[in-house]
Order: sequence, then C-alpha cells, then structure tokens
Amino acid sequence: MLAQNKIPPGIDEYINATTLPMALEALADGKGTPLAGGSDLWAQKDSGTGRIGSRLVNINHVQELHGITQNDKMTRIGALVTVSEILESESLRETVPVLPASADRFASDQIRNVATIGGNIANASPAADMVLPLMALDAIIEIQTSAGEQKKRTLPLADVFTGPGKTSLQPNELITAVEFETPKAGFHSAFCKSGPRPALEISMVAMSIAGTMEDGGLRDPRICFGAVGPTPIRCRRTEQLIDGQAIDDDLINRALEAMEGEISPIDDFRGSKWYRVHMARTYLEQELMACRSM
Amino acid sequence: MSLNVDFTFSLNGKNVAAVVGVTESALDLLRREFDLAGAKLACGEGECGACTIIVDGRSRNACLMPAVDLEGRTILTIEGLWTEKGVDPIQQAFIDEGAVQCGFCTPGMIMQARYLIDRNPQLNEADIVRGLEGNVCRCTGYKKIIAAVSAASEGARS
Repeated sequence: MLAQNKIPPGIDEYINATTLPMALEALADGKGTPLAGGSDLWAQKDSGTGRIGSRLVNINHVQELHGITQNDKMTRIGALVTVSEILESESLRETVPVLPASADRFASDQIRNVATIGGNIANASPAADMVLPLMALDAIIEIQTSAGEQKKRTLPLADVFTGPGKTSLQPNELITAVEFETPKAGFHSAFCKSGPRPALEISMVAMSIAGTMEDGGLRDPRICFGAVGPTPIRCRRTEQLIDGQAIDDDLINRALEAMEGEISPIDDFRGSKWYRVHMARTYLEQELMACRSM
Repeated sequence: MSLNVDFTFSLNGKNVAAVVGVTESALDLLRREFDLAGAKLACGEGECGACTIIVDGRSRNACLMPAVDLEGRTILTIEGLWTEKGVDPIQQAFIDEGAVQCGFCTPGMIMQARYLIDRNPQLNEADIVRGLEGNVCRCTGYKKIIAAVSAASEGARS
C-alpha cells in the first residue's frame, strides 16, 4: 500500500532461523540479510539503497544472541539485546552507567523496544548513538560464520566502520555479541548528544569519553565522536595528548585543537559544519572540565 | 517478486492465520487482511507513532515491523482494548478529557499509554511526556492527551 512508486526489494526467500547454526547457514552464501528489530532495515526497505539481499533471514528467535552476562572481568551483550533492555538493566546501570545514559537519548520507546545493539553496529550510521559509549569502553565485537577456517573472530569495534553504512564485515558474517572489560573503580565515562529535540533525534554531534581518573588526569582515555565524520571515530591523537596528564586550561586548549584536527564534519540539513565543530569543542571542554573537578 | 509466507499468531486474544508478502509490514497486514484500521500509516519511518501496537508486551511501530516477524507472537491493537464491559479506561479518559481532535494520532497515543501504564501505574507528568515522545499529534493537543493519560494512570492505581 502507498508504495506503488517505490521498487520493492527482490527478496525471493525467507528463513525463520531458530538456532545459531541455522542462521549462519542461511547467511553462508552471502545473499542473506539478517532481520533483527527491523527499525533501520524496514525503514530502508523501499529507499532504493539495495541493502536487503535476496534472502531475508529472521534471527530474532536465536536464543544464543539474546541476553546480557556480566562478571568482574567481562561484560557480554548479545547482538539481539535491545536498547530498552540496556536502558532497564540494573547491572549495567551500576557498573557501566554510560550505556543506559546513551540508551536514554536513543529514539523513542517504540524504537528502543526493538532496536538491537547488533543492528546499531551493523547499520553503521555515522550517528549511531550506542556505538560511541561502546567504543569508549574499548569494546570488541564477536563475529561468526558457518564457512571458512575461522568460524569465530573478534574485531575492535573502532575498526568495524569503513564509511557511511559500510563495515568491514563480510556478507556471510553475523555479529553475535559485543564484549568489553567490566569497568573497575576509578573508571569514568560520559555521553553527550545534541539535536533540536530531546527525543527521536538523529545526533547532530554526539560524544562519549571514558578513562580512569588518576592524579588529576585521565589515564588510558578514549574520546569518541559521532556525526562529525563518515563513521563514528576515536580521536587517538587527542587521547595520546591527554593520557595521564594533569588536566589544566592549557591541556584542555591543546586537546580541543587536536580534536578539531581529527574530526571532519559536513554541512547538512541537521546542522552546519561550523556548528558541529562548535558543539564538539563544547562537549570535550565540558567533559574535561568535569574530570578536572573530580 | 511476490514471495508469500504463511504462519499463525495471536491477534487481540485470538489465534489467527495469515499469508503475507515477504516485503509487507505488520501495519499493511493488519489493515489489509484483518480490517483493523485503528493503527495508521503516517510517516512510515518510526517518527510519529500513529501505527503503535503492542507486540509481546512491548510497544512498537507496526510500519517498521516486517509482517513475517509476527509469526508466533502476541499482538494487541487498539481494537483489542474493547471488552464486554466497554471501552478501555484509557479510551474513556481520552473521551472524558476531550483529548481527541482530528483523531489520527489517537489509536497510537492510546496504545503507547496502555504500554506505559501496564509497565508503571505510578506515572507522573514527566514520565508521560517522556513516554509519549515517539507519538506526534499534529493538532498539537498534547495538554489534554497528557491529562487523559494522567487520569487513566490515577484510575489504574486505585
């Protein structure tokens, strides 16, 4: 209905996978597209982007992809964990508050209830909000495939994205989980996001910063930005510059300058390049000053 | 391409069977096959909430849900709120507060309100404003909508 002027995707096979091997098998020849929450996939269905393959593979009933497991060392979030589940998780709120904080700014209940962490990564939007705190946690993703010598591999999340909507994943690979070290005492993290309204907003600029507070500085810092480049990015030069250094006005100014050299925002209908640079500087300054006053 | 898939699911308390095109949305199916025209197509991309339904206890945009994914699930639409006793207390609150203008957003608003109250009967105004963030009323009748959900929430508590 109402879609007569749009070209529907050429899906000629549908598989409702109930186990992980079944899902991987259905993706093995590279012609399958995994269906999770559908909030990105179905919105793109008629857009002519051709991102849906000829076989639709429903992975929603694959039990291995659900659930959050956590111990003192590692936290594992299944690829099908929804943004609502992250927002409502008591254990994440206690140990990794930056994740629920980011989930809190994500879309609306109706989207949060279905949008999955794996989908937010695989969709590879430059403005993917859940990706930033995970990158700041130095998360890795677990990828599986039914074929080839290496059936399971891991990849740092920061290395996944190659362009807007593009990842380094192969068409026969499936993201099965995200993992990161459970933060220890002294770990600090924050998430900031700007847009014209607090709900259902695709970020104009978003930032997540994390590290360990030590002697007035941030050790092993991670500074991650969204919507200021073709992919979510880590500002590694800025991170090196401030690593373990006492945070003062001079360091903040040098960090802002270094960060500005690492981002590459564009003008578009959501915001101008000038404004994006301004907001990126504002967020980094604000969060470094927050670290200084801790 | 016209691949069809057939399956069963629970719709407003009844087990039903459906045959759907693989590219159809749940919203298309509900309106075409089951004549359930309460959920509306407006934006078609998850911004407006006019198509809100409750699937396995969670509200979601039916326009962004592939119909094939309904298989085995439990669906509640605005039409499922009617019982022998009459309208749902949230529907009654919308009537009492005059919270309906053109009415296009109303089914989605009420389904999202149902979801919110089912999860937390102790809603305050901030919870309601936040909870309805995914539902747009282009008549901008938000004040009375919020009052209606607030009244229904109070009713659910007592």
